Amino acid sequence: MRYTIPLVVLIALIGLFFFGMQHDPRLLPSPLIGKAAPAFDLPTLDGTPQRMSQADLQGAPVLVNFFASWCAGCQEEHPYLMQLTRNSQVKLVGIDYKDAEADLRPWLNHKGNPYGQILTDLEGRAGIDWGVYGVPETFVLDAKGTIIYKQVGPMTPEVWEHDIQPLLKATS
Amino acid sequence: MIPELGHFAVILALGVALLQAIVPLLGWRRRDARLLSFAGSAAQGQFLCIAAAYACLTYCFVTKDFSVAYVAENDHSQLPLIYRITAVWGAHEGSLLLWVLILSGWTLAVSVFNRRLPLDMSALVLSVLGMVSTGFYLFILLTSSPFTRLVPAPAEGHDLNPILQDPGLAIHPPMLYMGYVGFSVAFAFAIAALITGRLDAAWARWTRPWTTTAWMFLTMGITLGSWWAYKELGWGGWWFWDPVENASFMPWLAGTALIHSLAVTEKRGLLKSWTVLLAILAFSLSLLGTFLVRSGVLVSVHAFASDPSRGTFMLAFMAVVVGGALTLFAWRAPKLITTGELQLFSREGLLLFNNLFLVIAAAAVLAGTLLPLVLDVLGITKLSVGPPYYNVVFLILIAPLFLLVGLAAVVPWKRGDWRETARRLKVPAIIAVILMVVLPFALHGRTTLLAATGALFGCWAIFAAAQDVWRRVRAKPEWRAGLRAVPRAVWGMTLAHIGLGIWALGVSGVVSFGDEKDVRLARGAETELGGYNFRFQEAGEQAGPNYTAQQGTVLVEHGGKLIATLHPQKRLYPSQGTVLTESSIDAGLMRDLYVSLGESYDDGSWSLRVYYKPMIRFIWLGGIFMFFGGLLAASDRRYRLARAAERRAIEIAEGAVA
Repeated sequence: MRYTIPLVVLIALIGLFFFGMQHDPRLLPSPLIGKAAPAFDLPTLDGTPQRMSQADLQGAPVLVNFFASWCAGCQEEHPYLMQLTRNSQVKLVGIDYKDAEADLRPWLNHKGNPYGQILTDLEGRAGIDWGVYGVPETFVLDAKGTIIYKQVGPMTPEVWEHDIQPLLKATS
Repeated sequence: MIPELGHFAVILALGVALLQAIVPLLGWRRRDARLLSFAGSAAQGQFLCIAAAYACLTYCFVTKDFSVAYVAENDHSQLPLIYRITAVWGAHEGSLLLWVLILSGWTLAVSVFNRRLPLDMSALVLSVLGMVSTGFYLFILLTSSPFTRLVPAPAEGHDLNPILQDPGLAIHPPMLYMGYVGFSVAFAFAIAALITGRLDAAWARWTRPWTTTAWMFLTMGITLGSWWAYKELGWGGWWFWDPVENASFMPWLAGTALIHSLAVTEKRGLLKSWTVLLAILAFSLSLLGTFLVRSGVLVSVHAFASDPSRGTFMLAFMAVVVGGALTLFAWRAPKLITTGELQLFSREGLLLFNNLFLVIAAAAVLAGTLLPLVLDVLGITKLSVGPPYYNVVFLILIAPLFLLVGLAAVVPWKRGDWRETARRLKVPAIIAVILMVVLPFALHGRTTLLAATGALFGCWAIFAAAQDVWRRVRAKPEWRAGLRAVPRAVWGMTLAHIGLGIWALGVSGVVSFGDEKDVRLARGAETELGGYNFRFQEAGEQAGPNYTAQQGTVLVEHGGKLIATLHPQKRLYPSQGTVLTESSIDAGLMRDLYVSLGESYDDGSWSLRVYYKPMIRFIWLGGIFMFFGGLLAASDRRYRLARAAERRAIEIAEGAVA
């Protein structure tokens, strides 16, 4: 009887791992969800207007995408972001995180610019306030400027269709 | 062409491994010596195939063939040659190829050295190793081929993760894998013993050197990993209880227990089924480690990019290999009858306690590693288990182990004698108690509870181990003859136990008296730490082969004398846009001075992190002692003599039949 104990333990562990793999350990709930977007005041890339703050994000739902020219995940989601802004009415604001303008401009020229507006957070100060711990991260804000969703990692069609679109429909 | 050849070689290796798994089993069923002896040739053929595949991948890296996806991901035209060679195992696919290469290398070694074993035993061992290889080849071919082409080929590679561009890391994974994979040999011996039902002193004697060798590589791999993390991660820590570190530590604990229980099984014929279970466990924990690192089921700084199909395959593979082994165990182990009784106060009794504490320690690490996952799956909460848990649990479990280690060489097999034990351990105990009080004051000028405890445990382990050799040498009229008369196995055990003591001195020293400081220094400004004066001289640009660096110059003075000039760097690797701190260390046996560079400020000042790390080298020195202890123990001549004697016996027996 006692010789079967190891086997029983193994079966329990395998079960645990099987269910564990269905979970993505990186899905961390953001404490910001349901709260107003953190305050910021950042320069824009094209200079019109010169600076923007959280108040400028209100009025319509908006996606705030933290990205950088040096980040691999951002390259991965870039084509989809291009497609998304081409095919839908959603407003996309990019916040260029810990990057250099000299690197960013060629990156945009080469790959295209999906963003309605790009703000530069070259030192990552706004990123800290928003709780960004790795780019890309995308926040969904409703018309009142409240954060209703956070996507860690590249934006995908599944996330957009299954999670974000229904949320946006429900709030409008 | 070369990548396709490599891919083909892996397929070929899979075919040979399958034959190696099946044919000897048939031979055993039919008692056919020709089929049994096929196992050895298959093992050698398999090694040739996989070595060719590995050479192909290395060739692609050296020639920067970016049309291969894995090369494009991990190579770069400006990467120095040495890192282009080590980049082969820089990520999942290539490290898996290294894993199977090493597995095949162990198999080859078994086929060469086990010629002296009974044919059916060695053939069954090779068959089990063939099954394990088959699983890994399938894993590579189905989910993780490093030879997949990328169309169109990029002009430039994505580069090896800069954090891996370090000599320490270049040899850390191969050492670690030698250990992990080496436990597969003990595993195969255990399965062969369960199948044949032949589990005796000879079986334990065959298994011991293989296990000790694997253990010694694992020890070295973990030691190197700790040294690398200290040097490269810039936090000044040497162990983080990270899930991936735990994944290497669990098999180490189980392997350490196995080494000790094998001794009992060989000398006394006891604990047979327990020893077999440990052999299964040590390799299972190695597999578990691989699964945890590669499935993405846990979050860790080390984790490879994860992919659900890989996780699923690994899980299924683990279920088959470990589940199969444990089913066989549940069925056959009750029939392994142990004769003789076990006295608690005897060497075997004490080793049983040693095993108990080591296995509980492994279970505690497993629990800490998996608890966050359990709570997450049950939807209770997200949490991580940190150093406070492990440190407390370990201190409790390790204290009795230190008490036991001193008794190891003194208490004889079968039945110990309290009075004799006390007589022989009186001197080491007195020395340890004196040093417990004196040592922290002598080395650091003050003491703490932890420092005193560490000195007591460390000196107890060291002097109790040394007295055994001392007594053996004294027994001879002349000391040189005495030294020669000490068997290598005894030297090995002594060195490993001394290593444990040295490790304890290092840990308690650095934890009790280590100091650190975050400072912001303008040019020419100074700060003081641990009696050393750090003057920040300047910072400037420095170009490396594939990075540019901000390099600070820090002068270290002690008692008015300049003792070191340190150059901590902040490196920018443009290929990945990664910034890495490269700490600068003035290393010494008794203390390390460690500076890493933080952020620069507009006024030209820099933030610096300064560490004073007394005795941290003792931690790795302990690991090195254990490594050489394992080396000596595994090369003891009685294994060779015993083999020769067994072969003669077999030849005589075969001659008698013929």
